Amino acid sequence: MTVTELSVESSPSNRLTRGSLIRLRFMRNRLAVAGVVILVLMFVAAFIGPFFSPYRWDELDFEALLQAPSSKHWFGTSQIGGDVFALTVRGLQKSLIIGLLVAVFSTGLAAVAGGFAGFLGGKVDRSVMWMIDALLVLPSFLIIAVMSPLYRGRTWLIFVVLLAAFGWMVTARIVRSATMSLRERDFVRAAQYMGVPARKIVFRHLLPNVASILIIDATLNVGATILSETGLSYLGFGVQPPDVSLGSLIAEGTASALTYPWLFMFAGSALILTVLAVSFIGDGLRDAFDPGSNKSKKKVGKS
Amino acid sequence: MTLSVASNLIEIRNLTVTFPSEAGIVRAVRDVSLDIRAGEVLGIVGESGSGKSVMSLSMIGLLAESATVTGSISYDGVNLLSLGDNAMSKYRGKDIAMVFQDPLSALNPVHTIGRQISEALHIHNDISKEAALARAIELLEIVGIPRPAERAQSYPHEFSGGMRQRVMIALAIANQPKVILADEPTTALDVTVQAQILDVLKTARDMTGAAVVLVTHDLGVVAGLADRVAIMYAGKVVEIGNVDEVYASPAMPYTIGLLRSIPRVDAVGSSRLTSIEGTPPSPVALPPGCAFAPRCPAAAPQCDAEIPVLAAVSPTRLTACVRQQEIQGLQTSGRLFRDGPSHVAAPVSGNAVALEIRNLKKTFPLMKGSVLRRRVGSVFAVDGVDLTLREGRSLALVGESGCGKTTTLLEILNMVAPETGTITVLGRNVSELSKKQRLEMRKDLQIVFQDPFASLDPRLPIGDAIAEPLDNFGMPKSEQDQRVMELLELVGLQRDHASRYPAEFSGGQRQRIAIARALALNPKVLALDEPVSALDVSVRAGVLNLLAELQEKLNLSYLFVSHDLAVVQHVADDIAVMYLGGIVESGPVEEVFARPQHPYTQALLSAVPIPDPVVERVRKRVILQGELPSPANPPSGCRFHTRCQIRASLPAEVAARCVSDRPELDSRHASRVACHAPLN
Amino acid sequence: MLNYLVKRVLNFLIMVVLASTLGYVLSSLAFDPRANYQGANPPIPESTINAKLDNLGVNPARPLVGRYLDWAGNVLTGDFGVTVGEQRVNEELSRRIWVSLRLLVLGSVIGSLVGVVLGVVSAVRQYGATDRAASVLSFSLLSTPVFLLAILLKFGAIDLNNRLGTTFFFTIGEYSADFTGNGWDLLVNRLQHLILPTLSIALGGIAFYSRYQRNAMLDVLGSDFLRTARAKGLSSRQSLFRHGLRVAILPMATFFAYSFGLLVTGAPFTESIFGWNGMGSWFIVAVQSNDINSVSAVIVFSSVLVLLSGLLADIAVAALDPRVRLR
Repeated sequence: MTVTELSVESSPSNRLTRGSLIRLRFMRNRLAVAGVVILVLMFVAAFIGPFFSPYRWDELDFEALLQAPSSKHWFGTSQIGGDVFALTVRGLQKSLIIGLLVAVFSTGLAAVAGGFAGFLGGKVDRSVMWMIDALLVLPSFLIIAVMSPLYRGRTWLIFVVLLAAFGWMVTARIVRSATMSLRERDFVRAAQYMGVPARKIVFRHLLPNVASILIIDATLNVGATILSETGLSYLGFGVQPPDVSLGSLIAEGTASALTYPWLFMFAGSALILTVLAVSFIGDGLRDAFDPGSNKSKKKVGKS
Repeated sequence: MTLSVASNLIEIRNLTVTFPSEAGIVRAVRDVSLDIRAGEVLGIVGESGSGKSVMSLSMIGLLAESATVTGSISYDGVNLLSLGDNAMSKYRGKDIAMVFQDPLSALNPVHTIGRQISEALHIHNDISKEAALARAIELLEIVGIPRPAERAQSYPHEFSGGMRQRVMIALAIANQPKVILADEPTTALDVTVQAQILDVLKTARDMTGAAVVLVTHDLGVVAGLADRVAIMYAGKVVEIGNVDEVYASPAMPYTIGLLRSIPRVDAVGSSRLTSIEGTPPSPVALPPGCAFAPRCPAAAPQCDAEIPVLAAVSPTRLTACVRQQEIQGLQTSGRLFRDGPSHVAAPVSGNAVALEIRNLKKTFPLMKGSVLRRRVGSVFAVDGVDLTLREGRSLALVGESGCGKTTTLLEILNMVAPETGTITVLGRNVSELSKKQRLEMRKDLQIVFQDPFASLDPRLPIGDAIAEPLDNFGMPKSEQDQRVMELLELVGLQRDHASRYPAEFSGGQRQRIAIARALALNPKVLALDEPVSALDVSVRAGVLNLLAELQEKLNLSYLFVSHDLAVVQHVADDIAVMYLGGIVESGPVEEVFARPQHPYTQALLSAVPIPDPVVERVRKRVILQGELPSPANPPSGCRFHTRCQIRASLPAEVAARCVSDRPELDSRHASRVACHAPLN
Repeated sequence: MLNYLVKRVLNFLIMVVLASTLGYVLSSLAFDPRANYQGANPPIPESTINAKLDNLGVNPARPLVGRYLDWAGNVLTGDFGVTVGEQRVNEELSRRIWVSLRLLVLGSVIGSLVGVVLGVVSAVRQYGATDRAASVLSFSLLSTPVFLLAILLKFGAIDLNNRLGTTFFFTIGEYSADFTGNGWDLLVNRLQHLILPTLSIALGGIAFYSRYQRNAMLDVLGSDFLRTARAKGLSSRQSLFRHGLRVAILPMATFFAYSFGLLVTGAPFTESIFGWNGMGSWFIVAVQSNDINSVSAVIVFSSVLVLLSGLLADIAVAALDPRVRLR
């Protein structure tokens, strides 16, 4: 998407403000609205669900091992008598929190790195770009897996920091190229000729103008993070036992999932639905901010 | 309704084109009926949003799929609007051809030029590959591309903008069409290149005998070329007729205002410009009656009641105005449009020097490679520029794109020591300034940019934008508001506009906001970088008049960078003409315009079209040969000698000096010129 | 052009060195190879453990710099050292590389080809039934983690086998261990094993490419040069195929490089779920068993793969795009 399209609403007579126009476009996108509804439901389940669950996630019911879903254990029980509903809800909670935290941190990092690299250019730009290239050579999955022994037995927040530290590069590139084209815009030049310092230009003029890119990418990064978190947790390199995430639940469940589908089905569906919802929202936001990007760019009413 | 003359090639009847949009239905073309006669040149003139391009696209059936089209366009007994895409493509390129505005993106980047032209031949003719290529090369030669056989193997990105537009014309005439639609064919080009392209278009028309529909916003471009002209406003043709008649005695108030609002390069002394109030209406919210009524000085209640239809004023002209009978009287009694202030030049002598540039040079490294970049040469963007701007006066720096005028301006505004030469602002050499002094100095030198859509941060309310320089220089918040209000009123905006966002303003208003911001710190010198060239023709005069008023009121000095000589004639006191990094001529505007000394100045002046068909037809035009040489590899001696129109007729010994010695700026007359053989 | 290539290769080598250094240093810092031997029953004497660690070249008693230099020196001579299981890493490497490449190359080629075709069709029939179906499909696939996709494919295949009453899909290994046939039969057996893992990799690619190709194609659909082509007299379909496709396919070469990196991430799941002894499953086992040498070898392999595909993409772009060709 180009920055020009994002930031300029050309018709002066258009009385709709930008904000309400974006909201209008977003609400018209049925999939995006469905995504919001699903995501809200997931959050409700993850954070309010535990209060209604008859069992705690770390509680074991030794009288009910490997039982199918029932009124007592809504999603059934595991091999050792854990309540699958409580576990799934707990795992969902963890995955959502990690997804959100990492998305916010990595997008923030990307905004600052990309913004300054794009605006200052020269040596700053070259070193940031070099760092990005170097980090992109190794898939972050491999690096984090290798570093997983470092946070085994410690707080999961280290895992969050690692996911963020290796997840900002692609967004930073996008922000950089957007700021590079904004830098040439006259309002930035005008600020420079008024003697406004670089830091102020980046935070006051440049980043607000790439806000739409940041919002879209932050949303999509939530999905991407959940995917890599669950993947790492599936292999045991992510969220560490006794704590659970959707990934580790699926890993535990697969062994006997053919005979006892409830061990696996609920966590799997929750995972797919959450990521799907997030990508629908991200896509809807992109269309709302920048109607030209995904739709046909056939020129309308140009004269 | 329409004037009936035999041999109409295309008959457009009641054409209406609408597009859906988020803001509502865009009514781009409203109930237009128009004929195109065989072999004529019809000019369609209008501002952006007037529907002129949509109309030409509907003739060739290339409107967006979302468009709703009603009415009819008949060609050769067929209603083109009733044809499907496959049937219509039999006509496209064969009977009706088109030249688009932007030659940069109109050609496929991954195919050679030769291949793209021969494809056009293959589509409509059963010819061999070799024959098609031979014909393509022939066509390239016709449109004036040197070494056509070789260039046919090149890709579009290896051509300059002017050359690409020649290729587009070659494509258009490949199949001997009956009609050539040219949609703003020269808008993206420099004025001397524009003259070349218009010349090629004439050749193309003479060769094919095709009718040419020339769509443009520039009344000057049409004047010399068109037989008839149609003026469009808000989706309707408001006046159409014989070109001489329309220009000499326009009958629709919009046409009258438009013709009086455009500066002319051949104006004598200080001319006055009429400004049309307001801005063109949005095509989603049109006024109920005549669309021009809200801006019309002659508007009466009946104008809002009905949409005026075209009615004959004379056997060869139609006008859509309800008060058409009375307009003539109003116009002659001077009650129709009020003229703007006339520009009064400040005295030359006795005034302190505001800005002085001596021997300024700026080179850019020419880099190659993408991983390990290395310098392979230098681009001589600015190569020895001298300028003097006196207080209270306006100095215009004029030249075509790539001449270095913008680089010169940026070097001045950067206020750091230049590579070579000196920059003195208000008596202080910028190389000697400390960082703090430089910041202080910025208060005195401010800039207004070309594109008002890019010069305001879309995320900042305009009040904050105007206050930004105040804030930056530590004015307390409480005083800022007061100052912002003053500034808004100064540039003719309302106080309550302060909290609105730039998107809510039109181009002309935004440029006023940009001017207010530049004036916030009470600067002494204002750099104006093409301040009106991005604006619609009808609002330019308003901004130019404002600048003239402000200069007088605030005793400002203007450094005015422009490619538009007509605007320069109107606003500037002094002029400096740049070519390939150097000043070729400088002096008082009247002097330089009346008696250009340098052949380039002469060519530049003669390339500017004048919105007057009578003058335009008899004018002798100097059309420069060739292309602007690359500033990375400038010609030896006089930079202009490769394209100079008089060098061939000079004595051999002088002509040799043009190649060997670079001429210095020399004051022989009232103006200074850098030429071995000045004209006058 | 040659000059440019030389520089690219130089940059390539620097990046590989950097990536492998990072891999070795990080794994040395994170892993505790001593833990592999401690807690065994009967306990292994400390001296024996030290001897074993020294043999692997990973004894933490030695400074990291020295260990790294030894390792790097050996790698330069083509020796990646010894695994925790006391096998030559080189042997493992040479066996497993082909297993992984077979999967990756086949999966990505199928993924990109099908994805590009699907993307073009979606763009041309924007908002049509095909487009909507393709969109929903790619969104769902992109929202499903590789491991979940592989598991679902596996379960689906087992279910299908049960219904058919015969084992059509094999879900474990590259070929049946007890298989004795050869020639045609062996090929069929291998294909039956290949289908599911390839599919699990290809499906992600299809989703990824079809989205990007659709967008690239839509960009081109609105371009001025396509309008010129139509103004020449080409119908909208002709202009799309003669002019649009070639330009719209250009950015895909770059995406191909980018997605290869993603594949390297996806392969470990696919390999371990389908029981293939490739580089990916090796990596997982190596991390679990604190095997510094094996992990480093996999990291060198994956960085070479990612960079190589980037290089190939650059060459492809240069070959297809005259604007890039002339630099």
